[in-house]
Amino acid sequence: MLVAEQKNVKEIIDMLGDDFEKLLIVGCGTCVTVSMAGGEREVNSLAEVLRTYYASQGRDVEIETDTVKRQCDFEFLDDIEEEINRNDLVLSLACGIGVQHLVERYPKKVVLPGLNTSFYGATTAVGEWSERCIGCGECVLDKYFGICPVARCAKGLLNGPCGGSQNGECEVDPDTDCAWELIYNRAVELDKLDELIDLVEPKNWEVYRDGGPRTLVNKEYHED
Amino acid sequence: MAKKYSKVKNMLDAGHFVVCSEMGPPIGADPDFIREKANYLKGYVDGVNVTDNQTAIVRMSSIAAAKIAMEEGLEMIIQITGRDRNRIGLQSDILGASALGLRNVLLLTGDHQTFGKDPGAKNVFEMGSVQLIKAVNDMVEDGILINGDEMKVPPKMFIGAAANPFADPFEMQMIKMQKKVKSGVEFFQTQAIYNMEKFEYWMEEVRKRGMHEEVDILAGILPTRSAKALRMMKKYVAGMDVPDHVIKRMDQAEDKEKEGVKMAVETIEKVREIEGVRGVHLMPVAWEEITPEVVKEASLYPRPEVE
Repeated sequence: MLVAEQKNVKEIIDMLGDDFEKLLIVGCGTCVTVSMAGGEREVNSLAEVLRTYYASQGRDVEIETDTVKRQCDFEFLDDIEEEINRNDLVLSLACGIGVQHLVERYPKKVVLPGLNTSFYGATTAVGEWSERCIGCGECVLDKYFGICPVARCAKGLLNGPCGGSQNGECEVDPDTDCAWELIYNRAVELDKLDELIDLVEPKNWEVYRDGGPRTLVNKEYHED
Repeated sequence: MAKKYSKVKNMLDAGHFVVCSEMGPPIGADPDFIREKANYLKGYVDGVNVTDNQTAIVRMSSIAAAKIAMEEGLEMIIQITGRDRNRIGLQSDILGASALGLRNVLLLTGDHQTFGKDPGAKNVFEMGSVQLIKAVNDMVEDGILINGDEMKVPPKMFIGAAANPFADPFEMQMIKMQKKVKSGVEFFQTQAIYNMEKFEYWMEEVRKRGMHEEVDILAGILPTRSAKALRMMKKYVAGMDVPDHVIKRMDQAEDKEKEGVKMAVETIEKVREIEGVRGVHLMPVAWEEITPEVVKEASLYPRPEVE
């Protein structure tokens, strides 16, 4: 899933500015609900904070809230057309995809991002998420026994650990596991160390965003 | 293929115990800074590394600095890391360096940019050290670029890399070193040695795999005059192994500069006895001017003359 975190309130207030009276905050019920950044709970608590702030400033601001199932699907955006229309400004608590999808669906409305979209990750503890994938477009997990060096090694090394790996820790951050230590341990466990001996050529980054923004077409479902 | 063009290579081939050292370019554009450093090293070392924005701090480019020092009469080893350039920039710089007459290169993955003063910089790391070695070897030996283009005039480079006897996981590091050898590396410079026992064990493992016969290994020596610096290295420098007895010895020394030289000389004498060690690489940090004295004290002066 996509992992995101809420921008700090000061930044959100500055971004919203002074030129509105009615604000709609739209949450998203999928990834960012799981990463506790933009679900119904976060939408409501941010609305409370903003109401308190604007009241303290003597500003007459009405704040409405709603959380759709997925902001990245037009079918769920159709449901909130009236709410969008009756507000001056929309603050989206979805990932960057949700924000842009709202803009695309309601092009006349100003939609602002309330979150920083961080990475593709998994929940690794209560209130903790860790990066596991960068969406490189050419999965190599088969070569590394299910641990991705592209996403999890600070240098994305494909041929072994750098010289800074010590005691299983990444040189960049001792709280991060060295991906190559994990790969090595898996290889030993599976008795497949010999599969790590061959040179791995540089990756083809054309299938990542280095080749330009990507569109994926499944011809079974999509007609030209 | 005989590489008559690299003096370092010729020294090694002639069986001499090679002495390399290192210089960091300035934060600034002053060529005299390089010339001064070059002049006190002249005659004392066989090759001098120029670091490539080491610890991810912006400095004069290693190729430009190496060219300036070469004009002062030194044999230079340019360091090139994959941190800041993709395959296009890296290959282009190899061609440029060779065209300028630079004949030795040390290919590294590079320190992560979060260690430096520009932690917000975008990193590249498209080519790790192993891939870089393969690419440069293909350029030099076969005259082809990664994209398959053939060159009428290929670059001439003696290809080196780093090896860290103190990094983990040990066996995986060995596998990576073997990959470097298979990819065409010709010499290694090791991480600075303070833990001699570990280094001896590492060399034993290197010999078991026959790597000492395929490549030249230069042992890393880091002369220092400060117990504080040793503590800092132990604590903060990734991949360094500084045993407590080394720190204690420096702590108790009355004349720390003299002790620093003595410790470096002792390390040189010890590694010289180890089968497969073909030379030393001196890398005093913020004490580069001590290099000539260490070379003299280690009875490695004068340097033999080789074409």
